[in-house]
Amino acid sequence: MSKHHVTTTINGDDVEFLCDPQETLLDVLRDRLGMTGSKEGCGTGDCGACTVNVDGKIVCACLMLGAEAEGRAISTIEGMAQGELLHPLQRKFLEHAALQCGICTPGILVAAKALLEENPDPSETEVRYWLAGNLCRCTGYDKIVRAVMDAAEEMRGRNYAA
Amino acid sequence: MRYEAPTTVEDAVKLLAAEQGMAKVLAGGTDLLVAIRSGRIEPDLVVDLKRIEEMTGIEPEDGGFRIGAAVPSAEMGAHANLVAMWPGVVESAGLIGSTQIQSRATVAGNLCNASPAADSVPALAAARAKASIVGPNGRRDVPVEDVPAGPGKTSLEKGEFVASILLPKQAARGGDAYLRFIPRTEMDIAVVGVGVNLTLDESASISEARVVLGAVGPRVIVAEEAAEALVGTSGDEAAMKAFSEAVSAACAPIDDKRGTREYRIEVAGVLAKRAVAIAMDRAKGR
Repeated sequence: MSKHHVTTTINGDDVEFLCDPQETLLDVLRDRLGMTGSKEGCGTGDCGACTVNVDGKIVCACLMLGAEAEGRAISTIEGMAQGELLHPLQRKFLEHAALQCGICTPGILVAAKALLEENPDPSETEVRYWLAGNLCRCTGYDKIVRAVMDAAEEMRGRNYAA
Repeated sequence: MRYEAPTTVEDAVKLLAAEQGMAKVLAGGTDLLVAIRSGRIEPDLVVDLKRIEEMTGIEPEDGGFRIGAAVPSAEMGAHANLVAMWPGVVESAGLIGSTQIQSRATVAGNLCNASPAADSVPALAAARAKASIVGPNGRRDVPVEDVPAGPGKTSLEKGEFVASILLPKQAARGGDAYLRFIPRTEMDIAVVGVGVNLTLDESASISEARVVLGAVGPRVIVAEEAAEALVGTSGDEAAMKAFSEAVSAACAPIDDKRGTREYRIEVAGVLAKRAVAIAMDRAKGR
C-alpha cells in the first residue's frame, strides 16, 4: 500500500506529510503531526470534538481523509492563540468557566470562531443551532453559549474602535 | 485501499470501471467514512469527486439548476436563486446533520446512501429532480426516486455514479416544501418526511400536485392518489381531510426505535397537510 504525499497549509504554515489512504485528517493531525488539540470523541461526525476549519468551513476531521487535505487551507485549535495571547473566545471560556473536562472545548472554540467570522452578532438561538454538532457532557451548554455571546460582543466593540 | 482524486469525469469513470474489487465514490464522505472506519465496508478503491470541476458547482440549466455531486448542503443554502426557486429542496438538505456535516454532506450522496429516511430525497422527488448518472456506457438521466433500490442499495450499475442532480424550472405559480418529524429540534433522523410540490391555477386552486413520503417504506413513496385528492381543490378542509387519509393509506412503514408503524402512519397524514399549507403559501407568493 503506497502512502500519499500531501502538501497543505495548517494554521498558515506550509506542511507536508505522508499518510495511508484510509487515514483521516484527524489521525494525521494527532498521530503524524503531533497536533493533539483536536480530540477524537465519537469518530463518526456526531460529537464535533475534532472540528477543524478547512477552506473557511468547519468540518469534522474524523470524516475527512488526510489525502483530501492536498492544497487546502486548514486551521486548528493550535492556531487560535497568538503565542501567549489568547483569542477572545478562549479568554471568555475561562472567564465564564465554560468548560469542565475540556475534551469538547477545542472543537467548540474552532466552531464558534467560524460562526463569529460569518456572523459577528449572532442571537442566542443562532449560537445554539450553530453549535448543535458540538456535544458537551459537562456544562449543560449554558456557560458555553454565554461565553460565545460575550466574546462576540467584545469583538464587535473592538472592531468598532479599530 | 487506494485513494484517487481524478480531475475529469472520464478519469473517474475509467478508475471505477477498471476496479476489480469494491470501489466507492467519495463526495462529502459523511456516510462513507463512517462505514469504512467501522469496518462495515472495506473498499479497495475510493474515488474522490471533489477535484472534478463540473461536480463542485451549482449552474443554471433550462430554467432550473444543475447541482454537482460534490456540492455540500451549505452551498445550496447560500445560493440565493436556488433558495428562491426551490426552498423546500434547500431546506431538506439543510436539515441533515450539524454545521460541520453541512460543510461536507451532499444531496447526491444522500440519494446514493439510499437510506429510507434520507431527508433530501422526498423533496427532490417532489420537485421532479433527475439524477444525471455517468458510467462506462455513457450518461443517463433518471428520476431521483429510481436511484434507491431499497435500504442501502441503489439501481446504479457497476462503474456508474451520480454526477449531478438536475432540478427543473419551478412553475410560475409553483411552490415546494419539505417537513420531517423528529422527536427533538435538531440533529436526528426522520421518523417521517414529506416533500410537496404544488402548482396553482389563476383562481388559486391546485392544478398540479406531487407528494413524496420518506421514512415510511423501504424507498421513498410517490403518493399519487394523495396528490390527486388535492388537484382541482383550493386546499379546503374537506380536500385536506381526504388528502391526509390518502397519505396515511400510502404509507408502508416498519416499527423501529424511532417510531411504531401506527405512529408513523398517523404522523405522515398530519405532516403532509402542514407541508401542503407551506407549499401553497409559497405558490401564492410568487
